[in-house]
Amino acid sequence: MPKILVVTSGKGGVGKTTSTAALGAALAQSNQKVAVVDFDVGLRNLDLVMGAERRVVYDLINVAQGDAKLHQALIRDKRLENLYLLPASQTRDKDALTEEGVRRVIDELRERFDWIVCDSPAGIERGATLAMRFADVAVVVANPEVSSVRDSDRIIGLLDAKTEIAEKGGRMEKHLLLTRYDAGRAARGEMLNVDDVLEILSIPLLGIIPESEDVLRASNVGTPVTIHSGTSAPSRAYADAARRLCGAQVPMDIPSDKKGLLVRLFGRRAA
Amino acid sequence: MKLFNFFNRRTSAPVARERLQILLAHERASVSNSNLVALLHKEVLAAVSKHIEIDPDKVEIKLREGDAVSLLEIDIEISANAPARDAPAGVAA
Ligand SMILES: Nc1ncnc2c1ncn2[C@@H]1O[C@H](COP(=O)(O)OP(=O)(O)OP(=O)(O)O)[C@@H](O)[C@H]1O
Ligand SMILES: [Mg+2]
Repeated sequence: MPKILVVTSGKGGVGKTTSTAALGAALAQSNQKVAVVDFDVGLRNLDLVMGAERRVVYDLINVAQGDAKLHQALIRDKRLENLYLLPASQTRDKDALTEEGVRRVIDELRERFDWIVCDSPAGIERGATLAMRFADVAVVVANPEVSSVRDSDRIIGLLDAKTEIAEKGGRMEKHLLLTRYDAGRAARGEMLNVDDVLEILSIPLLGIIPESEDVLRASNVGTPVTIHSGTSAPSRAYADAARRLCGAQVPMDIPSDKKGLLVRLFGRRAA
Repeated sequence: MKLFNFFNRRTSAPVARERLQILLAHERASVSNSNLVALLHKEVLAAVSKHIEIDPDKVEIKLREGDAVSLLEIDIEISANAPARDAPAGVAA
């Protein structure tokens, strides 16, 4: 059975698009057939992070409105043959997307893919609710920081109320992906740590992605980080998260502050 | 004591955690209240409509929370020429 996965957060800029690209690529690397779908109408970015920005011809809205066929709009990844991108429109208004249009596109994608990963826009408006509407799994992306955690709580409420699966009395499977995690700052008590966030949001942890320059480097060249630098810490964390999504039991690697005590003390004083 | 203070400097995360716990407890409660209001709206509308024809938009339900008591307000506007529905069976004229 194909899985419809929404990557969502409420708050902007926490790493949804980065995570969609990385998880999508990691799933494709483990031989799943994957489509990543950009729901951020008007502010699309997934094409850029995937390095496909110059190959966009048709988009999600064109397909939803019947102006283009799905196969005309899907862009096949140059590196992974089972990875495809359905881009968002850059020029259209987000109101051009309707629930029925989205339903038709998702149903058609279901026939061709094992995983459909929906990159949600920030906020709790139409774009975000449409991105989660037909999902059966949600990855809630949060940073260890008060406003991000609060918005995640809002989004969890919406996932349990405004999605089709919830309205039919089913249970949305929800996972927390903690991104931009700075182990040093968490250890020094400057930033919420993993336990704090888990206790507050009380949904299971899918993974912890460390704050890392590798993520920036990968997005600079338009390659999902799991393809760009397969052995880097964020890449391994995303790959593990993808395996957990597929049901594998993978021990959780909680990033630790690798610096010695002395450096930590000096770092603390400088902070 | 100095050492103790030294180790406790700049640990703002516990404050963040506490603030979040209080805030979210409040926000979650108000979301479930808004669900309650929606449910009451539906059921009050259904109950009253059995007997009097009313406009769904003219049913207003408010839940105001105070510290000691809360207030549930139900306002239903009935138009002067709203037809009464047939008396339910069993009620003799
Ligand atoms: N683990 C990380 N380490 C360092 N930088 C990161 C990490 N994850 C994301 N970023 C950076 O954070 C910025 C925002 O990331 P991204 O675009 O993925 O967020 P988003 O949630 O999709 O944002 P929006 O809400 O605007 O769609 C980008 O510059 C990205 O490179
Ligand atoms: Mg984004």
